[in-house]
Amino acid sequence: MKTIKDVAALSECYDLLVIGAGPAGMAAAATGAEQGLSTLLIDENPAPGGQIYRGITTTPVAAKETLGADYWRGTDLVRDLTASEATYAPETTVWSVGPAAEGPSDPGRMEVGVSVGGAARLIQARQVIAATGALERPFPIPGWTLPGVMTAGGAQIALKTSGLVPDGRVVVAGSGPLLYLLTAQLRAAGAKISVMLDTTPHENWGRAIRYASDFLRSPYLGKGLKLLLGAHRGMRIVRGITAIEADGDSRVRSVRFRHGSKEEELPCDVLLLHQGVVPNINLANAVGCALDWDDDQLTWVPQTDEWYETSVKGFTIAGDGAGIGGAESAALRGRLAALGAGHRLGRLSAKDRDQMAAPVRTELMRAGRGRRFLDVLYRPAKAFRVPKADDTIVCRCEEVTAGKLRETVALGVAGPNQMKSFLRCGMGPCQGRLCGLTVTELIADTRGVSPNEVGGYRLRPPIKPITLGELAALPKTPAAIKAVER
Amino acid sequence: MSGVFGGGAPDVIVIGAGIHGCSTALHCAMRGLKVLVIEKDHAGRHSSGVNAGGVRQLARHVAEIPLSVYSMELWHRIAQLVDDDCGFTSDGQVLVAESEAEYDSFRARVTELNSFGFSHEELIDARELRRLVPAVAETCPGGIVSRRDGAALPFKTTQAFRRKAEALGVRFCEGVRVTGIQAEGSAWTVSTNVGAVRAAKIVNAAGAWADRIAADLGEPVPLEVIAPMLMITARVEHFIKPVVILRGRKLSFKQFANGTVLIGGGHLGRALRDQNTTVLDWAKLAENAKTVWDLFPIMRGTTIVRAWAGIEARMPDDLPVFGKSRIHEGIFHQFGFSAHGFQLGPGAGAVMAELIATGNTNTPISGLGIERFAA
Repeated sequence: MKTIKDVAALSECYDLLVIGAGPAGMAAAATGAEQGLSTLLIDENPAPGGQIYRGITTTPVAAKETLGADYWRGTDLVRDLTASEATYAPETTVWSVGPAAEGPSDPGRMEVGVSVGGAARLIQARQVIAATGALERPFPIPGWTLPGVMTAGGAQIALKTSGLVPDGRVVVAGSGPLLYLLTAQLRAAGAKISVMLDTTPHENWGRAIRYASDFLRSPYLGKGLKLLLGAHRGMRIVRGITAIEADGDSRVRSVRFRHGSKEEELPCDVLLLHQGVVPNINLANAVGCALDWDDDQLTWVPQTDEWYETSVKGFTIAGDGAGIGGAESAALRGRLAALGAGHRLGRLSAKDRDQMAAPVRTELMRAGRGRRFLDVLYRPAKAFRVPKADDTIVCRCEEVTAGKLRETVALGVAGPNQMKSFLRCGMGPCQGRLCGLTVTELIADTRGVSPNEVGGYRLRPPIKPITLGELAALPKTPAAIKAVER
Repeated sequence: MSGVFGGGAPDVIVIGAGIHGCSTALHCAMRGLKVLVIEKDHAGRHSSGVNAGGVRQLARHVAEIPLSVYSMELWHRIAQLVDDDCGFTSDGQVLVAESEAEYDSFRARVTELNSFGFSHEELIDARELRRLVPAVAETCPGGIVSRRDGAALPFKTTQAFRRKAEALGVRFCEGVRVTGIQAEGSAWTVSTNVGAVRAAKIVNAAGAWADRIAADLGEPVPLEVIAPMLMITARVEHFIKPVVILRGRKLSFKQFANGTVLIGGGHLGRALRDQNTTVLDWAKLAENAKTVWDLFPIMRGTTIVRAWAGIEARMPDDLPVFGKSRIHEGIFHQFGFSAHGFQLGPGAGAVMAELIATGNTNTPISGLGIERFAA
């Protein structure tokens, strides 16, 4: 592996560009390079790992049991990547991906805007694999914007990268397998978590039970049981939570919640929220990939073929960005995506590709077993996705409330893109990348139609912000220079 | 026959619910006409909803100044007209000269406009320029200001026109695509993907798709589909009130009340009108950014948070096609505003409604007719 830290050191064009160095991206880059494709792996972080294996080569958390055996499994992926011929560009952002206008025209050739250390440049790639992973689902409750309220994933990142543990009385709230994992990791690292508020709706159990047999034969069962048993030691778990509110003036002081007919209030210094992860489709959306609403996972999922190529030729999505499947599945899907790209680039015959893919697909089937049970069981309740209280903030950047959105729907504003112009929701620094799901579901709910009919924000590039100075200093591409000389 | 479209038979069918279609529909309704608007996407989906929002009389071609002046009167009482302020603010627009030679040409232009009786453009020296736009680079010798100009929120405006038109009885059919227009006796039958509907008067306000309607009517026009690009920055401290434009290099520059800055000026991306999408050209946006870098040093470290393009129609002479059909009774054209039609929307709708209802208008529109493209 060759590491690049200067934008000028990049080639004009790569056969394969992989965006994101999590499990899917690492596997895709290693598999691509193995086929002899000139492969560039770009990642925002200083070291490979993505979110799940974040800081795996650099973390100060030395005790293996704190982050758990599943975390350290990422070491194998890093080893394969390091041994490969791929080029790796850390601390690099991709701010734009679009069809290339000039140069040799192979279908799917992309122009990619990248930026390293304040210097931007346009390069090309014949195939792009986006391994942009997952995001935590928004959790819009009253008071969720108060200092001291954060996502459990945010707390985990601080732990993995810097060994930081939240101070004071910590309450975790939400639902899903990751909530239990994050809680266990934080407790092992010394966080004082006294209460967990579990928002998993009771009625989900009834729906999930018919998928239980697969789950019982899956590796999830053992992991889940271990986490559950661990959670019960030294921590109160309150189940069947139907409402949560964070209180405080300048920061969170207490959390109020309802379970059954009871209401309780507990003092707390930190409230960690988490209700599962959803595909990070921001790049796919900006590129123009067709997306479908998945009513089980309550999120947008890009349309892909069996090699994860999207509706945009040459643009492939591997890993959780194409649908939540977890780290193991992500790495396998990264391999398949790279095999598909290798075939499209003429490097692999269809026969070789399929042969190499067959064992990976078998593994993928196994890795996906039990997933459906978890999806159905941990499908978050509507009360935590579509805020009932009118004064709950939905768009944090522009402070747009649920009530304001409902009022505006009543004016005949039918979708998120029209809503932007009316309320500026989704127009702040995050450009709707965080509130998109909430806005879509809230409009759909108010109108009494499906999210598919409402649609989502059309996200606009740059996918990551760049400065005016950086853009102004963009070096001319060879094609543009030739056009002037002519 | 108008069954799927609801209501009774319309007097006027407007094709296209951009700012122009919506404004014409509203003004026709104000004159007591029954109007049906057919829109293939939704109102304001393309350039009417995503343009820079400039409300500008400044630096226009003489042929469209009367329409622009008429429109400006409506802009200054826009809330009375459509029950919505449309986000309209009037802090003027300034055309900055980047060199002495350019400043001389500006002086000649203002003199010429004055001789035609137009007084909205005013030549300003370096001192007045610095007073209006303190952050502008020291090297600029002066400019032209149009003090009643300003800016508005394009999508909000288009929606306000649409809502007011609806309140006055105009029917909007969105997501319906016109597939053909045939003469039937003294009226016109408009065929769509959901059925046909008939009216005596048809307005072609179909923007970047209007050439197809015109061609179908036997009046082909050399319309170019363009995708002007825009960028918006993160919030920066307030430093400029008027909209600033350049002529030599392409730039339009406006800071909103919330501190964000809109950068445009007509650099073109690629328009894919059959896919309803656009592709940005970053090399040209870089040029756009370089112009700002030169003109407003204060902006250099600001973050670009969003860039986009809208699909527009441009005519070879950069003037709209506005007025009666050259060959057909009852057909009217209102398209091809060539990336500067937003300000004209309110006034052009009023003039078009006058033309439809009375057969004539007092506002000079010669030079804008479709006959100029007749072979």
